Amino acid sequence: MTILDHFFGILFISLHAMVPITLAATGEVLGETAGLFNIGLEGIILLSALTGALGAEAGGWVVGLLAGIGTGVAIGLLFGLISTYWKGDQLIVGVGINLLAIGFVAFQLIILGAPGFHAVPRAAQVPNINTPLGKDLSPLIFLTLALPFFAYYLLSRTQVGLKLKAVGEHPAAADVAGIRVNITRLLAATGGASLAGLGGAFISVDWIGSVTKEISAGRGFIALATVVFSGLNPLLVLLGGFIFGFFESLATWISTFPGIKAVVRWEIVPMTPYIVTLLVVAGAIGRVRFPAALGRPYIRE
Amino acid sequence: MKGLAFIARLRRLKAWLFARLIGPAARAIARLRPLWESLLAGLIGLAVGAIIMLIYHFNPIQAYFALFRGSFGTVYSLSEALANATPLILTGLTFAIGLRGGLFNIGAEGQVYIGALAAIALSLFKLPAGLHLIVTLLAGMLAGALWSLPAAILKIARGVHEVISTIMFNWIAHFLSFYLIANILVDPRRAEKTISILPTARFPVLMPRTSLSYGILVSIFFVGLVLFLLWYTTIGFEVRAMGFNPAACRYAGIKRWRTALFAFVMGGFTAGLAGAVDVMGRPPSYAIFSGLGGLVNLGFNGLGVAMIGRNHPVGIVLAAIFFGGLMAGGRLMQISPGVPLELIRVVEGAIIITLAVPELIRIFRLFRGKLLIWRRA
Repeated sequence: MTILDHFFGILFISLHAMVPITLAATGEVLGETAGLFNIGLEGIILLSALTGALGAEAGGWVVGLLAGIGTGVAIGLLFGLISTYWKGDQLIVGVGINLLAIGFVAFQLIILGAPGFHAVPRAAQVPNINTPLGKDLSPLIFLTLALPFFAYYLLSRTQVGLKLKAVGEHPAAADVAGIRVNITRLLAATGGASLAGLGGAFISVDWIGSVTKEISAGRGFIALATVVFSGLNPLLVLLGGFIFGFFESLATWISTFPGIKAVVRWEIVPMTPYIVTLLVVAGAIGRVRFPAALGRPYIRE
Repeated sequence: MKGLAFIARLRRLKAWLFARLIGPAARAIARLRPLWESLLAGLIGLAVGAIIMLIYHFNPIQAYFALFRGSFGTVYSLSEALANATPLILTGLTFAIGLRGGLFNIGAEGQVYIGALAAIALSLFKLPAGLHLIVTLLAGMLAGALWSLPAAILKIARGVHEVISTIMFNWIAHFLSFYLIANILVDPRRAEKTISILPTARFPVLMPRTSLSYGILVSIFFVGLVLFLLWYTTIGFEVRAMGFNPAACRYAGIKRWRTALFAFVMGGFTAGLAGAVDVMGRPPSYAIFSGLGGLVNLGFNGLGVAMIGRNHPVGIVLAAIFFGGLMAGGRLMQISPGVPLELIRVVEGAIIITLAVPELIRIFRLFRGKLLIWRRA
């Protein structure tokens, strides 16, 4: 293998690794623009990876992906309801969602008989397609590449985007202007969570093809870091998602490469994506500005 | 005339009753509101668990009976509950100190690992009995604080949100621990675990034939210390003020970096101690197994403990015993009706989500009608 082959090898894995992060982060951009900070992304990805796998086994990959989206919608509704109408603390709800997901996925995996691991049959996985860009690519990669552009158009060129920004920036003014703050935020959070759900289902139904109790591996939080890096610009989410995906696959690649494997211990390599995340976020902050009302429930006076 | 006087006396009696008895009682109940909310959230969490058990064809009554018997039913199970509560009190304090200071510090998980590893590392050296124990505790404490420092610096210098930075450090700690357990601190005779804490640095067992050790005294001591620091010192006041109203603090000249640093470092001390106390007082192995075994989720459970304990040191002790009981009883529940232990975490998650709703009691009251009109007194 030449160096170029290796490079394409890493690029190929990166394209897959970026999908869950980019999808979840694009969804979170929609939610945060509207003022809702959902740190339950990790839990949504984990839970929808499980429901996606179960759905795919029951009725094929379409059902699997829909089950993932449905899981995202359900959790998004719960999160949105608590943090808008019930004026709940968004961080605490998010942490609760994460704990619930960790517990439930481990519980369900034990019930399924194989503690900690459950594989999705090859036939129930998303069929990969051959394209001019590369062979054996998941169709969801193209959706992921297109979605941030759509989100960018939605946020900066449409009335919907303006409403989302209004409820995130100054909910009281939006309220006076006749925008229904709570329902707008609720829908934004639900839509965002559904994308995270799709990302979770992608992991189990398409990319890795199995569920473990740690399948999300911090990707939800890396997605949050991507959102910080992007400063709520979906196009930069795409770039950030690719950077994180690249380092994740670089870590995978290094751990299998004979020459390097002998020098570097395997335990050190998986740290790379997290260290890169820290460095990128530390470098990105300062130039970004978040919505003024981010993280605070709107209470009408 | 006599009747009228009687009615007037009744009215005076009623006024007296409201002023002296019912009023204060109502106010006392209102002041205990956090307690009612926690109890209600606990009940809702257990109800969610029961619903899931029904869906999966388990018998919730049988399961909860086993849970109770395994947590507070016997002296043995109560000791196990207290043993489980020992580190949870400390990680609960970590999160509570952060939240009191307006920081959502969820880095306890990684700091627990690092604290436990530091304690193990100290058993590479031989020291006299007593001294060894104290030095090991200090090492765990310092290691936890050092691990929390980068997140504090990133927050203060670069404004990085602590949720993101602490989670990243948790994952880095996770893989670093795997490396240290398998290579540096490994037991030469048994590759699946680290060397054991030397007998000179172990906490003596408090209840014979249980895992409750004198380590719980460390937890109780730190509950008092945090209570004192947060409520009776200047820096503690500043931390709480910063969490309450950062804008007012800026005008009052309270430095944000000081309160953040205090919250992170104090949190690191308690979380690191949680790891150290756990390995120093856990018979029979006094070691860490590969995969981190009992240390996993101590940090995140501490978060739940702090939430249920309403971020108050005394509440945290009660909540930690509740959580410790759930963990101890969960094991029995796993054996006898066969409900997987993981269900307990679902219950915890449901409790935390419930507690996020500030107007929990008010929403609940909607269903009860207007029974509480007398509270106006």
